[in-house]
Amino acid sequence: MIRLEKRPVPSTRWMIATPFLAVALTMVAGGLMFAALGKDPVEAIRTIFWDPLFNPQFASYSRPQLLVKAGPLILIAIGLSLGFRAGIWNIGAEGQYIVGAICGAAVGLAFYPAEVWYIFPLMVIAGGLGGWAWAMIPAILKVRFHTNEILVSLLLVYVAQNLLSAAALGWLRNPEGGGFPGSRNLSQYPAAANPELIAGTGMHWGVAAAFIAVIAAYILLNRHVTGYHIKLAGQAPRAARFAGVSTGRLVVFCLGVSGALAGLAGLFEVAGPAGQISIDFASGYGFTAIIVAFLGRLHPVGILLAGLLMALTYIGGELSQFMLGVPAAAIQAFQGMLLFFLLGVDVLTNYRIRFGKREVA
Amino acid sequence: MTGTDMLLEIDGLTKAYPGVVANDAVSFQVRRGEVHALLGENGAGKSTLVKMIYGLVRPDAGTMRLADAAHEPSEPRAARAAGVAMVFQHFSLFEALSVAENVALGMESPPPMRTLSARIAEVSEAYGLPLDPDRLVGDLSAGERQRVEIVRCLLQDPKLLIMDEPTSVLTPQEVEILFHTLRKLAAEGTSILYISHKLEEIRVLCDKATILRHGKVVASCDPREKSARQMAEMMVGASFLAPARAKGAKGAPVLEVAGLSLTSANPFGTSLKEVSFSVAAGEVLGIGGVAGNGQDELLAALSGEALVPAGQVSLKGQAMGRLGPVARRRAGLCAAPEERLGHAAAPDMSLTENAALTGITRQRLARNGFIDWSRARGFAEQIIAGFDVRTPGPENAARALSGGNLQKFVIGREVLQKPAALIVNQPTWGVDAAAAAAIRQALLDLAAGGAAVVVISQDLDELLEISDRFAVLNEGRLSAPRPAEGLTMEEIGLMMGGAHGMHEAHMHAV
Repeated sequence: MIRLEKRPVPSTRWMIATPFLAVALTMVAGGLMFAALGKDPVEAIRTIFWDPLFNPQFASYSRPQLLVKAGPLILIAIGLSLGFRAGIWNIGAEGQYIVGAICGAAVGLAFYPAEVWYIFPLMVIAGGLGGWAWAMIPAILKVRFHTNEILVSLLLVYVAQNLLSAAALGWLRNPEGGGFPGSRNLSQYPAAANPELIAGTGMHWGVAAAFIAVIAAYILLNRHVTGYHIKLAGQAPRAARFAGVSTGRLVVFCLGVSGALAGLAGLFEVAGPAGQISIDFASGYGFTAIIVAFLGRLHPVGILLAGLLMALTYIGGELSQFMLGVPAAAIQAFQGMLLFFLLGVDVLTNYRIRFGKREVA
Repeated sequence: MTGTDMLLEIDGLTKAYPGVVANDAVSFQVRRGEVHALLGENGAGKSTLVKMIYGLVRPDAGTMRLADAAHEPSEPRAARAAGVAMVFQHFSLFEALSVAENVALGMESPPPMRTLSARIAEVSEAYGLPLDPDRLVGDLSAGERQRVEIVRCLLQDPKLLIMDEPTSVLTPQEVEILFHTLRKLAAEGTSILYISHKLEEIRVLCDKATILRHGKVVASCDPREKSARQMAEMMVGASFLAPARAKGAKGAPVLEVAGLSLTSANPFGTSLKEVSFSVAAGEVLGIGGVAGNGQDELLAALSGEALVPAGQVSLKGQAMGRLGPVARRRAGLCAAPEERLGHAAAPDMSLTENAALTGITRQRLARNGFIDWSRARGFAEQIIAGFDVRTPGPENAARALSGGNLQKFVIGREVLQKPAALIVNQPTWGVDAAAAAAIRQALLDLAAGGAAVVVISQDLDELLEISDRFAVLNEGRLSAPRPAEGLTMEEIGLMMGGAHGMHEAHMHAV
């Protein structure tokens, strides 16, 4: 008989090993799925994990895409992970991402066509503030009226999407766009653009911000009192109250930081890879970042790796659709498997498998 | 010694966990109709032993025989079928359900509710433990809740009843009633395995005692022939000192509570009503009372977890009521709550992190908002060394410690911060005799050093041992503190509200 036995202390070794095990299991199960669809499983797995980085034909295009896609995911996921650790569930990063993009773009477009150095910094501030303000709505409602932040933040995503449509069709529409929806292209407006910093790498300011966020979050969680309070509130809420942690302040802090980071991600995206406010600007980064945060164990370094991995499966997935005709739904199922296996093997961190008779303490 | 005379025979029972042998060739016998005490320090292996008898743990070696049949329960259900019942230290009752519903939940195939209610009423009357099957458990006192657990066991008609620390939540009068019931059960032939730290109770109640130390049976005795002190020394394996108190002059009032009222945040909690007392420097105020009479609320109001009007709590004349826990700690008002895991300490965090939990303010463990982990580690090591906390090191998680060790850590953490006033709730609950003596001594030393100490406890012997003055919390009201010296158990019991309406039934049953 197989049974689980709780470990006295969570195993550090397994905590590191489980993501790798999960990726390996995903490859096996995904391979079986691709085989069942009549595709060569080895080729499909190679197309997803290998070709985007090393295929001589596609790598030059897809390799920079890795950072472009991973940047916003990591930036948003880092912010979310702080709240998740404290038991504060911001599910509305997508909305904060959109509002950050709108605010940042609006500031940039307000200066058009001036060419002064401070436009981009102002846009960055506006983007962060926009996301922060959008997250303050659930924060304040939670602190004041004990509303559920999951619902409020999620529903505000749909409000933000309507704001986005209104902006793209109305007050931010490109006056020289011939009546088409969408704003001016910020990436073609040098003072407001978020260009690729090193050619061929996909590195832009948003990616740099993501790396900074990883380091800052690491320091916050391991050295700072606030990070300690975040962990305490998540692990033992009564002990946190006894220690003197103010729940309200923690809610405002965690939602504020995650909102600001999501807003920044939106701003960097709209000023760089996306280029303009358009109806279809929202691409689901805010939701995918939730998966990235958990895939990375809510740990900053883990999130960095998880963001890169997630970006890789996106790019590789697109590539395999295009090259092998794998259906898009199969790619989504593949990504779902990754999360499934990760959460599944996660149990090994806290439990060990024993074979034999039952003798639980 | 014939086979028919013995109900339970344990022979060479051994159980090892990684790194520790919990039970090492334990052998003893329980006669039919005997009240048998199981004594030992925390970690001596009492829990493992009864868990094996109850089928929660499988032994590595050794045999058990129950009523002349091999007893090898693979799960509690099998043990119950064989006639073993157990009342746990922690009640597993749902407050929002009625007594009968709670009893039904614990049964494999409960009879119809009406039949069950009738059975409950019948059994509880027969044993002098009256219970209304239709009342909500949330409305019952701790003593009445325990009765639900006992009646739940009695409905199974057990041959062997195991009771783990049953009197920790009872008033002296309620203890009397419980003992009456247990004696009646024993007279009817039910054997009782009784685990307790209260040696005086064991002397009054039990026919025989088996003493465990480090997983081995070290002695067995007739508790009526030994003194409590002799038994305690057998448990610990060494003689130890009873707390010594220095009779010093009391200083000026330090902690003053005036007209403190607080509505409980918990719907089944007890609100505090007009609680007033004052504790001087160098003084220990003992607050007794049955659990659930406002102890948690009083601790919360004093620690700063619950805010109250400013003037209702003051420290050295400074109003504290509106300040949170951090500000109160900074001013010198520290507290140690009852619940060790999850309240006083975060279970999954290391001892270093737990040392910072409250130590961060007064021990200056943070600079500019950044925690100095090496200093925190130093503080944790200081607590571990100073209070004899048995752990491999401060990097271990709090939940890896035994209850007694974690309690020493929690008390040590507050005492070493040199507070002006310290409030502790149940400081030695579930702690072995030697550790309890060490904790009491630390509290007395703290008071001798000029601090005001408030000890909230349900252990009346403990309170009488260390308090200068004594008061009782009953339904959220605090009695007027009286000098502890010369108080009798009878007087204290009456201060505690007697037997909470149980007395009559008891007389009736007699």
